[in-house]
Amino acid sequence: MLLARLLEEKLANLYRAGKINGGVFLGKGQEALSASLGMALKKGDIFAPLIRDQAGRLAFGEDILDAVRTYLGSKLGPMRGREGNVHRGLPREGRYAMISHLGAMISAVCGGLMARRFQGQTGVVGATCVGDGCSSTGAFHEALNLAAVEKLPLVLVVANNQFAYSTPNDREFACKNLVDRAIGYGIEGHTVDATELDACLDVVGRAVERAREGRGPQMVVATLLRLAGHGEHDDAAYIPEALKNSPTGRDCLKVAECTLMERGWASAADLEAWREETLQQVEEAVATVQREPAPDPAEETWCALSTQELDDTFRA
Amino acid sequence: MITYLEAIREAQAKALADDPRVYIYGQDVAEFGGAFKATKNLASAFPGRVLNSPISEDAMVGSAVGAAIEGMRPIVEIQYADFSTPGFNQIVNHAATLYWRTQVKCPITIRLPSGGTAGSGPFHSQSMEGVYAQYPGLIILTPATVEDAYSMLLEAVAIDDPVLFCEHKYLYYHLKAEGLPTEALPVGKARIARQGRDATVVAYSAMVHEALAAAEELSADGYEVEVVDLRSIKPLDTDTILASVARTGRLLAVGEAWPWGGVTAEVVARVASEGFELLDVPPRRLNAKNTPIPFHPNLWGTHRPTAPTVARALRDLLRL
Repeated sequence: MLLARLLEEKLANLYRAGKINGGVFLGKGQEALSASLGMALKKGDIFAPLIRDQAGRLAFGEDILDAVRTYLGSKLGPMRGREGNVHRGLPREGRYAMISHLGAMISAVCGGLMARRFQGQTGVVGATCVGDGCSSTGAFHEALNLAAVEKLPLVLVVANNQFAYSTPNDREFACKNLVDRAIGYGIEGHTVDATELDACLDVVGRAVERAREGRGPQMVVATLLRLAGHGEHDDAAYIPEALKNSPTGRDCLKVAECTLMERGWASAADLEAWREETLQQVEEAVATVQREPAPDPAEETWCALSTQELDDTFRA
Repeated sequence: MITYLEAIREAQAKALADDPRVYIYGQDVAEFGGAFKATKNLASAFPGRVLNSPISEDAMVGSAVGAAIEGMRPIVEIQYADFSTPGFNQIVNHAATLYWRTQVKCPITIRLPSGGTAGSGPFHSQSMEGVYAQYPGLIILTPATVEDAYSMLLEAVAIDDPVLFCEHKYLYYHLKAEGLPTEALPVGKARIARQGRDATVVAYSAMVHEALAAAEELSADGYEVEVVDLRSIKPLDTDTILASVARTGRLLAVGEAWPWGGVTAEVVARVASEGFELLDVPPRRLNAKNTPIPFHPNLWGTHRPTAPTVARALRDLLRL
């Protein structure tokens, strides 16, 4: 959580300094939920993170350099400058690379799980995270229904952060709680207050275990507030003060830190030391990547196929 | 005798038998054998590997992408090419970009029963190949013969990139061959379906047969028309097209799809750009009319190019 938060704060600063092409999208406020999912998954599982899952990515094994390289456009990164920011992954290691179209990754995880079943692998879980906005897409419905029909070990975390870009929940869906949809799909649904790390670890962890035990798809609907704009270009002026000051608007990282201190598991000095140490890790990663080369158009294959001999040849 | 449809079934049976990574996913494809029976008996011959899907084209293709990431080689049957539009996003934005973005190969074959048949109307008759050809990262095959339906489908499954296999519904039962081929041209090579010296018709899929019939009609008048069967429209075998135009000096590109852009426009553009000096007269195109595809056979027969309209277009071209 802390590493994700500090990494993203650094990326936001670099963005404001004009050092990043494209956008920067923060998971601020979603770290407890996302990290809980990443921690509940095991090596060999499948995870398709979305835009606000830096914490989950790191918890599931992403190298911090992969994140920084993709944001800063290093040619040494996993996407080699062909893709940026949150659109990254190493699919062969179970970390699928999201496309921007919301809901598209859910069925991809379903297919990954079908493949594992064909291959005779058991005890595998596939997880993906979406937002309240994604719940309105056809892809969301098709994929959840497919997962239910195939009884796949899918964990779908719906982070209801109250806004799809600027559109509030009441213009996005009309059901009382998105978890009610689980009934319609014939799958198990769970809710969690995503400002509480304890609750996230418990609910998400149990959902992953239930999927692993063969109880079919699990839907976790988490309530939180996005503590940033949609991206760093967005000042989020549309978020009402009352909501920011409500329990939903609490910062999960601060809540977690308070809990640690209340329980005597960490002192203020410990927290400060962790922050310093983590900040150092972030600074080192950024300094490393800033010395790395950008992609060179002359080195590009300019071929979208792996079978290069079948690439359509245009002669100017 | 084996039909075009049976060749597609036999190719799938061979793919399933040869490679445990292959499975078939689509609506009604299991015990029922598919809307056109292209997967008849495959579910019982290959238990657990021919699966019915919900009516969810987006999720069908999306799941194939995920399965391909994990090392499988899915064949997705879309019931009609027209219904690939709900899966369009997964095809063009996910499958087609996966390798380029991640260096993970995406060997999926999407079967698109394409083209018109009498009485099928606007939503069971479409030819989508030109739409998909616009996107990088896809291979698009349009077999016109029983032999190609078989060999190119096997090749499609073996290719490490997403392939759209546009099989023509009109040819399913109409086209028969003596047997399955033992050798075949590779994907990416066009075929001279009929040799000639006076004009070149470039066609693909069912239009090859309309072009051949038109060429036969014109031979009675002493014209020898060359017919090029593209076989694959992406990649497009520009060399074979140019070589034919070099022999004849005249070009007519025929396609069943709509006229705006698309395959025939691409063929004409490439010949004009790369072989302008080979042309004795301006190149021509013949496509379906620019309306949705009509239901009634009288209207449908006029909407799409047919042997008589191809012959008329050729006579115009030869008079120039």
